[in-house]
Amino acid sequence: MDLFQNLLFGFGVAFSLQNLAYCFIGVLVGTLIGVLPGIGPLATIAMLLPLTFNVAPVGALIMLAGIYYGAQYGGSTTAILVNLPGETSAVVTCIDGYQMARQGRAGPALAIAALGSFFAGTVGTLLIALAGPPLAEVALKFGAPEYFSLMLMGLVAAAVLAQGDVMKSLAMVVLGLLLGIVGSDVNTGLHRYTFDIFELSDGIGFIVIAVGVFAVGEIVTNLGNPERREVFTSNVTNLMPTKADLKASAGPIVRGTILGSFFGVLPGTGPAIASFSSYMLEKKLAKDPSRFGKGAIEGVAGPEAANNADAQTKFIPMLTLGLPASGVMALMLGALTIQGIQPGPQVMTQRPELFWGLIASMWIGNAMLVILNLPLIGLWVKLLKVPYRLLFPAIMAFSAIGIYSVNNSSFEIYLTAAFGIAGFLWLKLGFSPAPLLLGFVLGPMMEENLRRAMLMSKGDPSVFLTRPISLAFIIATVLILIVMIAPSVRKKREQIAE
Amino acid sequence: MKAGLRDNQDFWSGVMLIAVGATALVIARNYPFGTSLRMGPGYFPIVLGSILALFGLWFIVKAFRSTEKIEQGWSLRALIVIPVSLVLFGILMTYGGFVPALIVLIFGSALASDEFNLLEVALLTVGLTIGCIAVFIWGLGLPYPLFAEF
Repeated sequence: MDLFQNLLFGFGVAFSLQNLAYCFIGVLVGTLIGVLPGIGPLATIAMLLPLTFNVAPVGALIMLAGIYYGAQYGGSTTAILVNLPGETSAVVTCIDGYQMARQGRAGPALAIAALGSFFAGTVGTLLIALAGPPLAEVALKFGAPEYFSLMLMGLVAAAVLAQGDVMKSLAMVVLGLLLGIVGSDVNTGLHRYTFDIFELSDGIGFIVIAVGVFAVGEIVTNLGNPERREVFTSNVTNLMPTKADLKASAGPIVRGTILGSFFGVLPGTGPAIASFSSYMLEKKLAKDPSRFGKGAIEGVAGPEAANNADAQTKFIPMLTLGLPASGVMALMLGALTIQGIQPGPQVMTQRPELFWGLIASMWIGNAMLVILNLPLIGLWVKLLKVPYRLLFPAIMAFSAIGIYSVNNSSFEIYLTAAFGIAGFLWLKLGFSPAPLLLGFVLGPMMEENLRRAMLMSKGDPSVFLTRPISLAFIIATVLILIVMIAPSVRKKREQIAE
Repeated sequence: MKAGLRDNQDFWSGVMLIAVGATALVIARNYPFGTSLRMGPGYFPIVLGSILALFGLWFIVKAFRSTEKIEQGWSLRALIVIPVSLVLFGILMTYGGFVPALIVLIFGSALASDEFNLLEVALLTVGLTIGCIAVFIWGLGLPYPLFAEF
């Protein structure tokens, strides 16, 4: 079978000494920043991206991916031990995980979280391998109108499903699209919104925006809200879950994996939505729902599986269509572009080592993570005691060096400072910045495809409705908008937000 | 008009969006708009700028019915100190070299915290600077002089 051969080929790539090392560094850094609250995978990947320029594309992608899914593992450790989500995806894990820790069952909670994540990671990886090739084949037939409609759907879905106010997220998408215009116009060479600043003629670097908003802006915000952190570490002695624990967790892990894989493919849904849905489902299915919130192991197993499955399947649209379904995936696309690889469905056939090598490495990385997280738990617990006041100057240093090293440009540092201030203001006004990043990355592609589609159709906008695939995307976009703006759904969203 | 638009989240969201949208529109007036068949470089910006301004209007209208307040918890100190340290880093990378730039950045941004402790921060600055030199200059071979030549 083709799949088997391809996977074998992928493992051959991933098992090279170099790529194993990159994978290990990736998941190690991922766990590290996952454990530490206040710094997420997005900011980390943006900071470290410039350092991967000299690495071969496969190695770079393997490492960056490792940071991303590694953070999902690390986040649960903090949630269980400190009742503070190390990552947003672990918010739900706090509820029952921390209660388990207080009852002296931190060990089993950590073990189940890691095992659940590993199962979900394995399934998610397999799904990418199965769904990738056929999807890419379909996508190869897309023309400009299809791409435009697909991106429109992706952006609307991303805005609508993101946490927070729908209108604010949509506005952020538009703002991102506008920022994407800055620079020379591809068709005419005209400089748009460059204010005669030479450095802007190539456009704003997306690392500048990502680091500015997600690292610098977050720091400024965090410093305004002093944290309270109470590490609960006395009882991490017995890691082994009991037989009853395993039996109770099996169902939730499988269901969480299914839910997470589904949400993962949808653009804009952060892993928090997947894990939250899984938690609600388990609570509904439980014989005695009152145990939830008081240390029910199902409330750890399901959501942890869900958020890892989500993280894994988020790669599907990125690898097959060249479209990012989340801010992190937008960064991955950027990493590919910087390496001189045009993202899109052709990647799979032209650079098979990239696709299959990455998939194989994900499975290896997930296995490494189980080992990193369980026996080494003591190390991560120690890390939790590093206070934020020592952490954030280090984040600032890495961010600044990372950005400067892209173009050796002081101007980009100033721009980062400006985006830091903007990011702070947006957060204060209740705008979530992830949709902005998606709009920014997709903006130039969207304009290009819109122009091409209009040339193809001789200026007739009905081209988007007469081609069946494009029509399907447009209908889906309208449906998403109608459903989400409907009052009943809005109410429910507000409830979830609380 | 309800009292307290001053800290109304929707009102300021609207102001921000209209300001950005209007700026985008004013600048894009000078770009050729083109036709639907051959879109000029001005087409996309003008459409987007208008949409953004409309979003802004929507929020301003909403502001008169909403009571959503801007989130509390500002640190004016951080808002000034953090960007300034970054800018100083940028200037010093050009005129001072890697070491002075990094020292100013780390020490400077540490000043943004309320829990600032001179001894602790001094140690942190020295340690981090040495660590960064080891990793970035010696390890990864970034081509920056440790101290600029005058």
